[in-house]
Amino acid sequence: MTALEAGSAAPLSVWARLLRRPLAVAGLVVIVVTVLAAVLAPWITPYPPDQQFFDGLTIEGAPLPPNGQYLFGTDLLGRDLLSRLVFGAQTSLLIGVVANGIAVLIGATIGILAGYFRGFIGAVLMRFTDLMMAFPALLLAIVLAATFKPSLWIVALVIAMVNWVQIARVIFTETRSLAERDFVVAERSLGAGSGRILTRHILPHLVPTLLVYSTLGISTTVLLEATLSYLGVGVQPPTPSWGNIIFENQTYFSSAPWLVFIPGAAIIVLALAFNLVGDALRDVLDPTQQGHH
Amino acid sequence: MPLYIVRRLLQSLLILFGITVVTFILLYLLPADPVRQIAGRSATAATVESIRHQLGLDLPLYQQYGRYLWGLLHGDLGRSYLQKTDVATLIWSRLPATLLLMVGAIACELALGLTMGLFAALKRGSALDQGLMLISFVGVSAPQFVVGILLLYVFAVQLGWFPIGGYGHFSNLVLPALTLGFLGAGWYSRMMRSSMIDVLRQDYVRTARSKGLSRARVLFGHAVPNAILPIVAMIGIDIGVFMSGIVVVESVFGWPGIGQLAWQAIQRVDIPIIMGVTLISALAIVLGNLLADLVTPLIDPRIKLQ
Repeated sequence: MTALEAGSAAPLSVWARLLRRPLAVAGLVVIVVTVLAAVLAPWITPYPPDQQFFDGLTIEGAPLPPNGQYLFGTDLLGRDLLSRLVFGAQTSLLIGVVANGIAVLIGATIGILAGYFRGFIGAVLMRFTDLMMAFPALLLAIVLAATFKPSLWIVALVIAMVNWVQIARVIFTETRSLAERDFVVAERSLGAGSGRILTRHILPHLVPTLLVYSTLGISTTVLLEATLSYLGVGVQPPTPSWGNIIFENQTYFSSAPWLVFIPGAAIIVLALAFNLVGDALRDVLDPTQQGHH
Repeated sequence: MPLYIVRRLLQSLLILFGITVVTFILLYLLPADPVRQIAGRSATAATVESIRHQLGLDLPLYQQYGRYLWGLLHGDLGRSYLQKTDVATLIWSRLPATLLLMVGAIACELALGLTMGLFAALKRGSALDQGLMLISFVGVSAPQFVVGILLLYVFAVQLGWFPIGGYGHFSNLVLPALTLGFLGAGWYSRMMRSSMIDVLRQDYVRTARSKGLSRARVLFGHAVPNAILPIVAMIGIDIGVFMSGIVVVESVFGWPGIGQLAWQAIQRVDIPIIMGVTLISALAIVLGNLLADLVTPLIDPRIKLQ
């Protein structure tokens, strides 16, 4: 009953309730601005991201702090940090969406199959998920990324490989309880096949959960990409990513702190935005949570 | 109860066995060739082949795995390709540093998280509550390397209160432990907040209040201990998050633990070390989960083992 309402909740009311939360609105604004900046990057950046400027370094060859000409200062090679940052948003969002999309797809498929088809298939899938839960995820990602000479797509794939596990667990539990609900049992006794039950009756009820975990997952993905790139095994320079900007410049963090803290703040703000929206979505979409606010 | 423990132990053993299989296959499939790394660029084909033979890397996969597993059952984690030392010895020598960091991190995240959660729950709905919860969100949204470098910049470079890196003194521990603790504090403060709100609604708190106990006695004698208990059980689960964090934090602070060991081994394709650290981390995660599962029902008898 409650899940039914959640599944068919009118999009407008979800939006309306989401927009009543200041933190969620702030998160949405950050996400929209970042997406716009990433899409419009070639037109709105003051300089090309890879161009090294003669006047971008001091006479001693040190990067320039933020000033009128270079708003966020320049990096060690005399490139404009603001321009690199805006193009870096493309990297973060692209990997965030692609890697998280793959992770949700894998996690949801495994979770649904294991939760619906109990017995052998379900047991094998869930034992495999348990096993992956015990894997030190970041270590695994670093090993994979370090040895595959990562392109953007490999980084996305590596992140997806370690991030599907949690979604699989959540979807598994939810599918299992849905499969025992009266309306599914009734449908089955009327002779409906598994395919029909899964697509018509189970999947629609999983939409709220999938939406919440997809949003929260982008935050995790953005953080993991930044960490891999910071270690030098993620997105490779000269393609700018917020993580590798810090990787390239970190040895000078005490004399040129803006090169670490401006991209660092960008990572935190974007990850925070997705977390805030995801958390608000969870409250808004989950009927059992209502009344708490 | 004993049957449940035996079953959980067997399950954990199976998971660890599975981890060895997956890691082994994964590292075997990697495009990087460890033998080339050992032999160096100028080695002849014959040298390369003889090293390969020496290490048993010319055997079929299942035989290599069989040897590895056999060694493992005898407590032998293999030998480092490049450092010419037993992996077990290497890990053993690095483990105290990592454990120390872990204890420090857990102390930090509990101190920060529980305090934040407590105040948020007491001032529920206020600006303080919202501010604290926003901070807890920042905690889980901030990459550990950024937090680490920020703490280094403020407290080591600018203020000079703590050393920039190093190991061996309490002052070396503070910043890396805080870095790891900041993330955990984000989770703990949210859990503490909801746990505390829940406890404050309970009858025994109302009884304690109506007995005329002072506010402090009610809080610290009755409410807080009960709110903390279910959270303490979560520390076990925390170990997984911690194990992921050490690679980054140890490299930011130059902390000589197993995270650094792993990171150096990854860069040099020293597979036995990577296997060893992965296995030890997995063991810690599995034990942590087991501990959480076993401690929870002791704390809250309403939760039954099944």
